[in-house]
Amino acid sequence: MTGEWQATSRTMIEPGRDRRVERWTLNFGPQHPATHTTLQLVLELDGERVVACTPHIGYLHSGFEKLGEHHTYDQYVTVTDRMNYVSPMANNIAWHHACEKLFGIEITPRCKAIRTIILELARIQDHLLCLGAMGLDVGAMTVFLYEFKPREWIYDLFEEICGARFTTSYTRVGGLMHDMPDAWPDHVKSFCRRTPEAIDDMEVLLTRNRIFIERTKGIGVVGHDDAIDWGLTGPMARASGVKRDLRKDEPFLCYEHNWDGAGSSPPQFKVPIATGGDVYSRYLVRVEEMRQSLSIVEQLIDNIPAGSVNVEPEGKRTLSSKSEVYFSIEGLIHHFEKIMTNRGFTPPMGEAYGAIESPNGELGFFLVSDGGNAPYRVRCRPPSFMNYQCYPQLIVGHQISDVPPILGSINIIAAELDR
Amino acid sequence: MSEPPADIATEKVVAGHPAVRALVESFDQQFDFAPGLLKAGENQVCVRVPPDRLLEVMTFLRHDARCRFEQLSDLAGVDYLQFPGATDRFAVVYGLVSLTHNHRLWVKCFVNDPDPKVPSVVAVWKGADWPEREVYDLFGIVFEGHPDLRRILTWEGFGAHPLRKDYPLRGLGERESYPVIGRDHA
Amino acid sequence: MELTGPTGAPGHTGQPAYALTRLDKLLAWARRNSLWPLPYATACCGIELMATAASRFDIARFGAEAMRFTPRQCDLLVVAGRVTIKMMPVLQRIYTQMTEPKWVISMGACCSSGGEFDTYAVVQGIDQFMPVDVYVPGCPPCPETLLEGFMTIQRIINEGRARPSHQRGRGLRIRVEPRSPSQSSATEGGQEG
Repeated sequence: MTGEWQATSRTMIEPGRDRRVERWTLNFGPQHPATHTTLQLVLELDGERVVACTPHIGYLHSGFEKLGEHHTYDQYVTVTDRMNYVSPMANNIAWHHACEKLFGIEITPRCKAIRTIILELARIQDHLLCLGAMGLDVGAMTVFLYEFKPREWIYDLFEEICGARFTTSYTRVGGLMHDMPDAWPDHVKSFCRRTPEAIDDMEVLLTRNRIFIERTKGIGVVGHDDAIDWGLTGPMARASGVKRDLRKDEPFLCYEHNWDGAGSSPPQFKVPIATGGDVYSRYLVRVEEMRQSLSIVEQLIDNIPAGSVNVEPEGKRTLSSKSEVYFSIEGLIHHFEKIMTNRGFTPPMGEAYGAIESPNGELGFFLVSDGGNAPYRVRCRPPSFMNYQCYPQLIVGHQISDVPPILGSINIIAAELDR
Repeated sequence: MSEPPADIATEKVVAGHPAVRALVESFDQQFDFAPGLLKAGENQVCVRVPPDRLLEVMTFLRHDARCRFEQLSDLAGVDYLQFPGATDRFAVVYGLVSLTHNHRLWVKCFVNDPDPKVPSVVAVWKGADWPEREVYDLFGIVFEGHPDLRRILTWEGFGAHPLRKDYPLRGLGERESYPVIGRDHA
Repeated sequence: MELTGPTGAPGHTGQPAYALTRLDKLLAWARRNSLWPLPYATACCGIELMATAASRFDIARFGAEAMRFTPRQCDLLVVAGRVTIKMMPVLQRIYTQMTEPKWVISMGACCSSGGEFDTYAVVQGIDQFMPVDVYVPGCPPCPETLLEGFMTIQRIINEGRARPSHQRGRGLRIRVEPRSPSQSSATEGGQEG
């Protein structure tokens, strides 16, 4: 199965080079610290310069999409946790956003507010790890250890709200697993007070650091038109000047006008756009996105509407709350009908696509339903997969020591890439 | 393919989406619409295109001023083998995004066994490269004109196309047949 | 290496000699307090492994913060995350390249048993194809659980002394019994049977 790997990509020959060049092939990965888990690069090198690059992926291909055909809509959320595993909540929200589009369910304002706050916390979580890993790849190990501190605070928040620090599976069709605890908003506010300083600590180490700038400026440049053509989304595209953010362009959750039915406007925030298209621009875009996310959380955390967090279960679409299941016969019957495979509600037949702006880009799920309990086809549109395609074009011509920073700046999560 | 819900008429679909209007006006072909479940005009409109006209239609959708679908957001395969009421087996689904006009369009191209072949759209969008390889890997649909069509997620020599409906979830023994090493293996 | 008495006769009294026992204990102490893990992180468990190495849970307390990625320098292979059959040859090669003595932690449900992914591509337990010393349950295991796994490896090293992997055999033969409220607060985990 390992076989003899050959660099099968197009080799670039520089015009005007007339001496015979001795090229050699280097295998980079799939077990390598800089390859962020299971990526393999077969590099053809001319000394230290990369002349050709062939990425090999699929080392973590676990059949997620095939699993989707065997799990119900509420069971599959556990699988989505394991896709982009540095921000699992974002995947949960994306999955149920697509499911609710398929069923035509409009979730309650309270649910929208909590989901938006959680999405932004997941965004902060993802960017922290990405930047920490980027720092680690260029040798700045302190940043990596520093950024785990606010990540642990976010893990604490998630553990409080849903019981699991990491693989959360918090959303359900039509709502959430259960409502947030009463003390949670205070803890989120305390988090918002402490985190800007933590981000400042990180910035102090990297943003104006001469070595970091030398290693990341002008490296791995993607042009504006190329970024669109390659299908790049998220910070990767925005760092090349592409003005696209699904929170503004195709609003969902609290980003829509009148999201609570009472005329509320969406939270005020800016979308950072850079024009350099290089690794440093992506770093700057991510840092600024973290600060904007904190601002969104602060705006929403005091204004979470009261009310139910789940859509009413008479339509038998959401699970009843546990107190109803244990203390009323209707709740118990609804619960059974929802979870048993030969009963339960019948989703409509047809197809739908729902996408959110996840920390990595446009994360969408394309669902085909044949009316049964489980989807007929689940397709995840993974931002990492689309973003990674352009990598050979980015690395050719650079030094071998530029391979880790560029790879880190794309923020490839192998589980999302391979599914 | 399932029947579209009766209340979504084709005229409404055409009227609500400028790109679809442009398509219908510029091509003499009768296009089928599979609007999905949502109201027409909500970015879920789907056009069915036959494989022989796919490249033409895609190029038009990319470059025409009313369409301007600069980005291919997604390229997926679907196997309709066990879908009630399906007439064709495989569909390749293209999700197109226009950044200029901020609208989306879905295009479906149906092919059948044996020998499912679809023209590759790599010439239109560079970002179709790996998704097409993935659809080839998982479904066995061949993309004509693709520069480097080989397996991407499974390994060369895997032999099967796992996302087809007649391939079992747990596989056919590929995950079990592998040499074992012991503690004294050096 | 089977330690014998000073006369050289194997198992003269059935017990290793005093001086060599002390050396043995010293070696075991040195090894267990300076484990160098090879973080073979494939998926989500890798993030919890990183969290264990970070400051809150701090694997440096156990002397194990030197995470080297080359098998030649490591003695503990921490397989964190699901292993697909495409990745298996790589994992086996890394294992064979590691020098003795070496231990393997299978971290998480996915590499211990396939976990949630009972699909065509995921190996249903890496112990089908390679030896494993400690299984750490969880999806992903909390850092505290992983540290418990580390501590179990340290106990294995204590028991097994300086023997290489193939002489060590498997496991600690730990038998875990449920604790009744009347028992005094014993150590966590189990009793050695």
